[in-house]
Amino acid sequence: MVLNKRQQFVEIVFLYLALGAGAVVMAIPLIYMVSTALKGQVYVFEIPPRFIPREPTLANFIEAWQSNNFSLYFRNSAVVAVTATLVSVLCSAMLAYAFARFQFPGKAPIFYMLLFTLMIPGLMLIIPQFLLAKTLGLRNSLSGLVFVYVAMTIPLNTFLLRGFFEQLPRELEEAVLIDGGGYGTIFFRIILPLSQPALATVSIFTFLFAWDEFTWALTAIDVEAKRTLPVAIATFHGAHLTQWGLVFAASLIAMIPIVLLYASLQRYFISGLTTGALKG
Amino acid sequence: MNRALRQQQIRVAYLFMLPGLIFFLTFQIYPLIKAFQISLYRWEIMPGQASQFLGLANYLRAFQDPIFWLAMRNTALYTLVTVPGQMVLAMVVALALNRLVWGRVFFRTVYYLPVITSWVVVSLLFKFLFNSQAGLINFVLKDLLHLTPNYIPWLQNPGTALIAIMTLGIWKGIGWSMVIFLAALQGIPVELHEAAAIDGASRWQRFWYVTLPIMRPTLVFVLVMLTIGGFNVFIPVYLITGGEPMHRTETILTYMYNEAFNFLDFGYGAALSYLLAAIIFVLSFLQIRFLRRPVEF
Repeated sequence: MVLNKRQQFVEIVFLYLALGAGAVVMAIPLIYMVSTALKGQVYVFEIPPRFIPREPTLANFIEAWQSNNFSLYFRNSAVVAVTATLVSVLCSAMLAYAFARFQFPGKAPIFYMLLFTLMIPGLMLIIPQFLLAKTLGLRNSLSGLVFVYVAMTIPLNTFLLRGFFEQLPRELEEAVLIDGGGYGTIFFRIILPLSQPALATVSIFTFLFAWDEFTWALTAIDVEAKRTLPVAIATFHGAHLTQWGLVFAASLIAMIPIVLLYASLQRYFISGLTTGALKG
Repeated sequence: MNRALRQQQIRVAYLFMLPGLIFFLTFQIYPLIKAFQISLYRWEIMPGQASQFLGLANYLRAFQDPIFWLAMRNTALYTLVTVPGQMVLAMVVALALNRLVWGRVFFRTVYYLPVITSWVVVSLLFKFLFNSQAGLINFVLKDLLHLTPNYIPWLQNPGTALIAIMTLGIWKGIGWSMVIFLAALQGIPVELHEAAAIDGASRWQRFWYVTLPIMRPTLVFVLVMLTIGGFNVFIPVYLITGGEPMHRTETILTYMYNEAFNFLDFGYGAALSYLLAAIIFVLSFLQIRFLRRPVEF
């Protein structure tokens, strides 16, 4: 490729300008959300709209948190997302270990069944899941949410972890067996510690899924005290149609854990996306 | 391997699978079968009332139901617009980012932010942006750019409401495909491009004859995943229009959900779910079958 210095310079400037313009368009909705959350109700529908609010205030955040039970919903979401993540990742890792290291009757059919459920729409099962939750007494309970979230995330987690486990060297495991250790020792002392990056990736995606899941939580939960954040935000919007500042303050509070997670573990977000895709 | 060891290994494998399989079979496979059974009945939700077996009547009902076809059309339209929209824009951004030396992580983060924001939050946000009076979009179009003489009642009108929902779908999804494309672009050996350049290939030719063919498996993967996602569109429609006015913005899943949980017609809802799953299955199969050819160097 033979470009002279000038052409290269022009091209780079153009690239940054175009990417910058695109980034502005991408970011404006979110920036506007933050600025609306910082506005008093009288300024929300002001024309022309202001991105820097006059008289910025944290009143919306304080009101959402204190008087609208959002601390409770936040706790519910945290309990559900953390439990679902721990259970799902442990179960998936155990499944993946079985698939990666053992030969047993039914291996292929079970694995294809897991893969198959990756293709079906999650919402497709909501009617029987609802009836099942009713029968098992899991409606209006956080465990009803956890069980379904675990079941829904197991297939993808197992698939990704199996790929990772298969690449681990087997020598250490054989050494453990020779020393008289069992498969439990191998799994907890060797496989899991060696797989921290993969475990981090699937944990993040499971947490993200459980934290943001809306439809099952909307369907399974009727009582206010058991709501999770996404349902609470949507119902809250239904009840205070024009109080956008309050709605967005609540939304931003709900986004804090996700943003923190992304800021600290960015590379796992990216690697998780690309492992599935590039092999696929 | 001796027999006893083999037996032991099988036992160990099943033990390791047990907890995960219990969750998976109870809350995925059983519902999958149960949904099909429900779809064959006029399903009574009240205890004590017997459900009436209808055979395939719920499925036939869908084919004669104009709202089903409307929902089908809207869902297909959403997919046809948002999937290419996301892929083309994501590819443009990924190609541009791939040429950057400085600021790549910053730009990637900005484009990726909508992906990690919850559907509920961004749906409400777009409802606010497309507000018929003082929404930001109307302000930009009328007061700033003078493209329209009046404020547009975006969400009251079925056509424009779908535009708002599709805009949201594209905006939220670009980052996801972009990250995957960028990783694939970085995996392309530089030598290939250099060789093509020496042979006199223009930039466009190199993109068309080198980059795209190598990325083919990635493109097919993204296409299949986005098509599945497009047909599954639910939360933005449910929260922004709720299928209104008069079912005109209904999609398959919002229609299914309303039939099941507002009208308690579980049998019809389950049939709609199965129809959607069948469509998705056939489409994914066709896409993989016809588009995924091995790359040859």
